[in-house]
Amino acid sequence: MTNKALRRWAQGVAVLCAATLGLTACGSSGGSDGGSGSGDTKAGASGVQSALAKGGSITVWAWEPTLKQVVTDFRAKYPKVKVKLVNAGTGNDQYTALQNAVQAGKGVPDVAQIEYYALSQFALGKSVTDLGQFGAKDLQKTYSPGPWNSVNINGGIYGLPMDSGPMALFYNKKVFDQYKIAVPTTWDQYLDAARKLHKANPKAYITSDTGDAGMTTSLIWQAGGKPYSVDGTKVSVNFGSDPGTSAYTKVWQQLISEHLLAPVPGWSDQWYKGLADGTIATLATGAWMPANFTTGVASASGDWRAAPLPQWQAGQNASAENGGSSLAVMKASTNKELAYAFVQYANQGAGVQTRIKGGAFPATTADLDSQAFLDTTFPYFGGQQANKIFSDSAKNVLSGWSYLPYQVYANSIFNDTVGKAYVSNTPLTSGLNAWQTASVKYGKDQGFSVG
Amino acid sequence: MTTEVLASAVEPSRSGPYAVPRPSRPARRHSVDRPRRSVTLTVLTSLVVIYTLVPLAWLFINATKTQPRLLNSFGLWFSGHFALWDNIRETFTYNDHIFVRWLLNTLLYVALGAGGATFLAVLGGYGLAKFDFPGRRGVFAVVIGAVAVPPTALAVPTFLMFSRMGLTNTPWAVVIPSLISPFGLYLMWVFASEAIPDELLEAARVDGSGEIRTFFRVCLPLLAPGIVTVLLFTMVTTWNNYFLPLIMIKNPDWYPLTLGLNAWNAQAATAGGQPVFNLVITGSLLTIVPLIAAFLLLQRYWQTGLSAGSVKQ
Amino acid sequence: MAAISPPNAAGRAEPPGRRRAYATGRRRWIGWGFVAPFLLVFALVFLAPIGYSVYLSLFRDRLIGGNSFVGLDNYRQAFHDHEFWSGLGRVGLFLAVQVPIMLGIALLVALALDSGRLHGRNFFRISIFLPYAVPAVVATLMWGFMYGNRFGLVASLNEHLGLSLPDPLSPHLVLASIGNIVTWEFTGYNMLIFYSALHVIPRSLYEAAEIDGAGQFRIVRSVKLPAIRGALVIATIFSIIGSFQLFNEPSILKSLAPNAITTYFTPNLYTFALSFSGQQQNYAAAVAIVMAVVTMIVAYVVQLRGMRKEA
Repeated sequence: MTNKALRRWAQGVAVLCAATLGLTACGSSGGSDGGSGSGDTKAGASGVQSALAKGGSITVWAWEPTLKQVVTDFRAKYPKVKVKLVNAGTGNDQYTALQNAVQAGKGVPDVAQIEYYALSQFALGKSVTDLGQFGAKDLQKTYSPGPWNSVNINGGIYGLPMDSGPMALFYNKKVFDQYKIAVPTTWDQYLDAARKLHKANPKAYITSDTGDAGMTTSLIWQAGGKPYSVDGTKVSVNFGSDPGTSAYTKVWQQLISEHLLAPVPGWSDQWYKGLADGTIATLATGAWMPANFTTGVASASGDWRAAPLPQWQAGQNASAENGGSSLAVMKASTNKELAYAFVQYANQGAGVQTRIKGGAFPATTADLDSQAFLDTTFPYFGGQQANKIFSDSAKNVLSGWSYLPYQVYANSIFNDTVGKAYVSNTPLTSGLNAWQTASVKYGKDQGFSVG
Repeated sequence: MTTEVLASAVEPSRSGPYAVPRPSRPARRHSVDRPRRSVTLTVLTSLVVIYTLVPLAWLFINATKTQPRLLNSFGLWFSGHFALWDNIRETFTYNDHIFVRWLLNTLLYVALGAGGATFLAVLGGYGLAKFDFPGRRGVFAVVIGAVAVPPTALAVPTFLMFSRMGLTNTPWAVVIPSLISPFGLYLMWVFASEAIPDELLEAARVDGSGEIRTFFRVCLPLLAPGIVTVLLFTMVTTWNNYFLPLIMIKNPDWYPLTLGLNAWNAQAATAGGQPVFNLVITGSLLTIVPLIAAFLLLQRYWQTGLSAGSVKQ
Repeated sequence: MAAISPPNAAGRAEPPGRRRAYATGRRRWIGWGFVAPFLLVFALVFLAPIGYSVYLSLFRDRLIGGNSFVGLDNYRQAFHDHEFWSGLGRVGLFLAVQVPIMLGIALLVALALDSGRLHGRNFFRISIFLPYAVPAVVATLMWGFMYGNRFGLVASLNEHLGLSLPDPLSPHLVLASIGNIVTWEFTGYNMLIFYSALHVIPRSLYEAAEIDGAGQFRIVRSVKLPAIRGALVIATIFSIIGSFQLFNEPSILKSLAPNAITTYFTPNLYTFALSFSGQQQNYAAAVAIVMAVVTMIVAYVVQLRGMRKEA
């Protein structure tokens, strides 16, 4: 009897196991490796049109809130196409998920939102499609130089710019008026303003900073620095003897040493509070910020204004990009034409206007130069026509900047290295040096030739 | 092991740390069974309770505030505007009722995961306790050893494995790993050893009952309090599961509540994102209420279970 | 965990030979049968990934150059890795301080509850256990807010009481702050384990002790504590393993203290960063295996010492 019982047991267990393994409920589409298309752009472009006519379904991974409306409009226009919009995490979280999916060969979406600094990593890993085959090369004039440079990697176009982040200075006018501080036009004046503010009100700070890789690299960019140089798989990292970096550290070290920066991490509860109650008086960031002001700092509406980013040298007119993302078509997608059709609609076609209305800051020159855009008044900024400032900034973005092909990783260890300068007596230059060393080590580990 | 110690403790020793002089003292007024209530002890223990409850009080108080008021009111007191019901309603309806979906997901994972884990632990614990088979101790050592392996070591390999099997982004990716509860196995092992007398098993066997029938008819009822305890513990673990779903589930439709709350929290940190800290806090409150209710409702079973186990010959 | 040996069944004369065969022959297999379902899932969920992990740790997959077999190179690198050892030292320190404190409080509360000298015992038991029901995400969020030194509780205390409390999220204090969160979460759980173990001590022992004139403290030291030795050891082992694997709390707190909590703050955070930010799964696997071996050694040593004392 026992043997029978055991056999029954074994059968039961086997059934259980089989049932467990057999039950699958696949979430996203995506599939095995599709081959890359041929180089014939005409064929590619018409392929897109016929794909739209035929219909199908695609999955889009993006966290950009304005895309929801774009998807709705797209589906209304092309009822045969099913678009599934999934928020698979913000920034790094989504890149991790993307890389995992690519490695597993399963679950890769057709379209993914990838920020400019991260795109080269995916291009290098050959997991995003070169959109040149669909005619994207002709779109250079459509976009402002900063974003276009970021998607134009090694001759290929690996994504279409979705928004951009030319930098500007947002300042709390109420606070500035209260303490009679003039709007700074150079970073040295900014330093003086910081001192004046903090002396008058020890609880207030000119801005908050606990170490942010994006802001640091953007400011070094604005100062003309070129610490990264990338040539295929030859990479070099040099903060030590880079003049732009020295200009940045000269000013920023003083801000840190004199405790003029609020020790509040960005995007936290406390940070929103600080922006609302005036204890964080300025923000130097990308032109996409107004939407966040409106939703997150509603109580300070009317207190803030926009101004051009302070210059490193008086009389100059340099700017840089901070943030901004593109939409890329993943190589593993089985529906590349349809995916490109969506990307084109969202970033070049009617989707652009929809997103601008939703609060996104465009990357398209036509919109950046259009009178309607420039004349838009911002109730949040007291009716200021802030787009004029942003548009100017976009035109003045310095060229020649590169990110590392593994910038995602490099940014993730920024606080481990440079962060020390914010919480101890380590000088900023030593922190940057440590970051440089760690970045070089990683590059070598990954097979790059790092100089 | 426990029984050996107990056996040796019954005889009062006349030497060592517990040496007692032969003549006995008169019995105390307050016996061990009905000791005098101590106020000092109560006060000291109350301090621990205060430490325990303050953060929960914070959670409740701040769940009554709206998002703007969260930012400008004192943390440990109300903000004058009682918005708890609004917050609850908004939590449930925000983003197309995604919170309800997350709640249902969590219930699914808990039912399958905790239920399955308890079932496997009961079977396994019973087998380890009542059958003297070779490799028995080895089994337990291997299980404990495997627990020592960091989950981050297992995360990517498990993810890759499950990807090939097509299980990622499905409930199974979360449920299957939840089926192993080493602590549940240990609890059931101990409980089964002590709660099921061998002679009962012998009697059943002699009467011709098969092992499985014996297990279900005779042993399960005896094991009931232990089963409830293991069920409760595994329910908590699966309800609060965070790291595993973080790796396995990328589709917000399949998030459990923990991931969902984290996503809402991170939502504030994106360009154009909308901070919804008030929903995060209210959602957190709603997340812990079912578990607490379960504990309160099932505590009767513990008490029965524990006191039943304490009656020994 | 010795099984209670069955007394000679009265009135049921069995031929001794038959019983022995029953005990050794078939019973074995049935035992395995009950344990099999657990073990099968266990093999799928633990053993297979561990095996795959070991396999992965012998290779290296680079962004440029692809996959290649590197033997024990990853392990060599791990032994020289300053970040790994600093993380390991940190959790070792955490372990040495937080586990005794937490288990100490849990034991004291369990003894207090068991002594029967509390007013409102049930209320205490349930409320101290409550934090266990709170997910780590929620617990860390709550404490993270309260630690905020500009708008949190610390700030309010500073303002209203004129104190100048140090910032709990500064690099010096952040480990203690995390220890506080973990203690808050798990004291009740351990307390319940001890309380349950105390609860099953037979009354006869207490009566015997009382007759011999033992005071409360004597009873605690010589009856209660020895009786729950098994529970103490298991709770310690699980707490040690948990400490070595510290991840959830620092991970969630990291956004609030990005410079105090590095990506290599604990070994688990380190392997997570290696796997997911750096895409260095092979090296992460090697580090994790070294970590696992260290944990197992420590846990085994604790178990040996704990079990040996009672012999």
